[in-house]
Amino acid sequence: MATTSPAINPVSAPNSMVQMPSRGVLFARYLRRNKSLAIGIFIVLFLILFTVIGSATLNTVKLAYPLAVKPKQPPDLACLFDPTKSVGKGCFPLGSDFYGRDLLATMVRGIWQTAVIGVMAGAIGTAIGVILGFISAFYGGVVDTIIKGVCQVLQPIPVFLIQVLVASSIDKRYVTIYAMALIICLLAWPGPTLVVRSQVLSMKERMFVSVARLSGMTNIEIVFKEILPNLLPFIAASFVGQVFGAIFASFGLSVLGLGPLREPLIGNTLYFSQYQAALFNNWWWWPLWPTLALILIFGSLTLINVGLDEVANPRLRRSE
Amino acid sequence: MSVTYIIRRVLFLFLVVWVAATIIFFIPRLSSRNPIRERFAELARSGGFSAQNLEQIVGAYNKQFGLDKPLIEQYFNYIGQLARGDLGPSLFRYPKPVIELVMDALPWTIGLLLTTTVLSFILGNLIGALASWPRSPGWVKGIMGPIMMLQGIPPYLLGLLLLFYVGYRLQLLPLGGAYTKGTFPNMSISFILDVAKHQILPALSLILATTGFWALGMRGMGVTIQGEDYVNFAEHKGLSPGRIFSGYYVRNALLPQVTGLALSFSGVVVSGGLIENLYGLPGVGSVLGQAIVANDYFVIYGITIFLILAVAIFMLIVDLIYPLLDPRIRY
Repeated sequence: MATTSPAINPVSAPNSMVQMPSRGVLFARYLRRNKSLAIGIFIVLFLILFTVIGSATLNTVKLAYPLAVKPKQPPDLACLFDPTKSVGKGCFPLGSDFYGRDLLATMVRGIWQTAVIGVMAGAIGTAIGVILGFISAFYGGVVDTIIKGVCQVLQPIPVFLIQVLVASSIDKRYVTIYAMALIICLLAWPGPTLVVRSQVLSMKERMFVSVARLSGMTNIEIVFKEILPNLLPFIAASFVGQVFGAIFASFGLSVLGLGPLREPLIGNTLYFSQYQAALFNNWWWWPLWPTLALILIFGSLTLINVGLDEVANPRLRRSE
Repeated sequence: MSVTYIIRRVLFLFLVVWVAATIIFFIPRLSSRNPIRERFAELARSGGFSAQNLEQIVGAYNKQFGLDKPLIEQYFNYIGQLARGDLGPSLFRYPKPVIELVMDALPWTIGLLLTTTVLSFILGNLIGALASWPRSPGWVKGIMGPIMMLQGIPPYLLGLLLLFYVGYRLQLLPLGGAYTKGTFPNMSISFILDVAKHQILPALSLILATTGFWALGMRGMGVTIQGEDYVNFAEHKGLSPGRIFSGYYVRNALLPQVTGLALSFSGVVVSGGLIENLYGLPGVGSVLGQAIVANDYFVIYGITIFLILAVAIFMLIVDLIYPLLDPRIRY
C-alpha cells in the first residue's frame, strides 16, 4: 500500500513496506480455511496436553495398575476442587475399575502408550516403505521386479489376521508394547512401498531429474535434493495413514486379549470391561472413557487425513 | 478379455494363498509353544490326572498328527491337506473338524457382511455423490461432516455404544445373540423376523462406520469429475440434471470406488469378525474369538487361511467383473 508517485524506482523503494507475513501467520490463515485439519490438530494437541499434564501431576506408574485404589468407584468430578482429597487417596475424578486402577491415570498412561505404539509402528512402516520404494524405483530391473512382486503378493493378505497369529503364538511373557509395535509393522510396509514406488517412477521421467543429472549431480544428491522434497506430502499422508492403521491394529489385538495384558492400553481396558461384564453390572464409566478417548484419537487422525487430502487434490481447495 | 489374463490372475490367486499358507505354517512353529501339550496340561490341571503319563499321551497324539516328522515333511503334508480342503481337527471341540466349524458359522457371517457391505456401498456413494453435486440441497452437504467423524471410529466402538445405549438403557433392541434363547431355528416367518431384529444393531454399527469411507471417496472423485469436459458438454447439450447426475457423473466416479471395494474386503472381514464377537452372533468371527480365548491353535490357523482364501477369491471376482463396468479396459 505504498502511496508512491508513478515515477518511483522499484529498486530504491524501501523494502519494509510490503512484507510477506511470517510462516506462523501463514499457517494460521491456512488453518482457518482448512477447518478439518484445524480441528484435527486441535484435538491432537488437547490429547498431548492431557497426557503430559497428567503424567507430570499424577503418579501414573502406580495408579494405572491393579490394586492401586479402591475398586468400582463411580466418577466424581467435583472432588478435583476439594483440597482435602487428592487423586489416588480418595478422589476418583473418572472413577475406578474392578481391579482397582484409577481411571484417570489409566487414561493418561493408556493414551501415551497407544500413541507410542502408533507412532513407532507408523514410523518404522513408513520408513521401510519409503526406502524400499525408492530402491525399487530408482534401480529398476531385477530388484524392481522382485520388490514389486513381493509387495503385490503380500498386499491382498489381511494383515490383521497375521498379526493375530503372531501375537497368539508368542509366549505371553514376551508381549510388551514394543513387541506389539514390531508385530504391527511386520506386514505394514507393502502398501507404502507400492505408493512411493509409483510416485518416484513418475518423477524419474520428468524434466527436472534429467536437468539435475546433466548439471552433474550424483544420484544421491538427486534423491535428497530433488525427489524427496516433492515426495514429502505423500510421505506425510502415508505416515498419518500408517499411524492410524497401527493404532487400529493395536486396539484390535488388545481388545481380543492378545496385547500386553498388564499395561493400561485403551484396548486392554475395554477387554477387561467386557470380561467383567461392566455394562451389565452398571459400571457404565469403565468402558465409557476408553471409548471417548478412542473416538477422539481416531476422529482427529481422520480429520487430519481429510485435511491433508486437500493438499493432494487441489480441486478440493476452497478459497477464503 | 483374454484367456491368458484369466489364467494369470487365477495363478496369482494360488500364489497369494500359497504364500499366506506358508507364513501361517511357519510362524507358530517358530515359537516354542506346543498346542497339544498345552491343551493336555490344561486338562490335567482341571481333571486332576498325574503328569507322568502326560509325555506319553502327548507323544501319542504327536505321532497321530504327524508332528514328530521332520519339518519339510510336515510342510508338504500340510499343503496336501489344504489342497484337499482339510483344515485339521479342532482342539476345543475335538474331534470336530475345523472346516465343519467354519461351515456351520459361515451363513451368519455371509448374511451380515453381505447386507452391510452392499447397503453401505450404495448409501455411501449416493451421499458422497450428492454432497459434491452443486445443486443438491444444503442438508445433504451438511451430513458429510458427522459422517466423516463417524467414519474414523472403528465399528467395534460404535457397536459398543449402540449396545449400551439402545440395547441396555433404552431396551429397544435385543442385547446380542442371533435369535431369542430357547427358540429352535426353523423356517417360519416369526423366526426370520426374530433373527432380523437381532441383526439390526450389529448391521447398524457396521453400516454407520463404513458409509463415511465411501462417501468421502465419492465426494473426492465427484469434485474431480465435475471439472471434466464431458460433463460441461452434457450441460451445454441441455440434458436434464438427473440424467447428467446418473449417466455421466455417478457412472464414471463409480469405477475407482469398485476397486476400493475390492481392496476393502479384508478390512470388512476383520471388522465384521470383531462385531460378531461383541454381539455374540455365531459367525466366523465369534468362533475365532472363542478359539483365541481357548488357545485352540488349529482353529485359529484354519480360520485365518480360510478368510485369506475368501478375500483373495472375492478380489479375483471383482477384478474379472471390472471390464464389464468399464469397456475401455482391455487386458
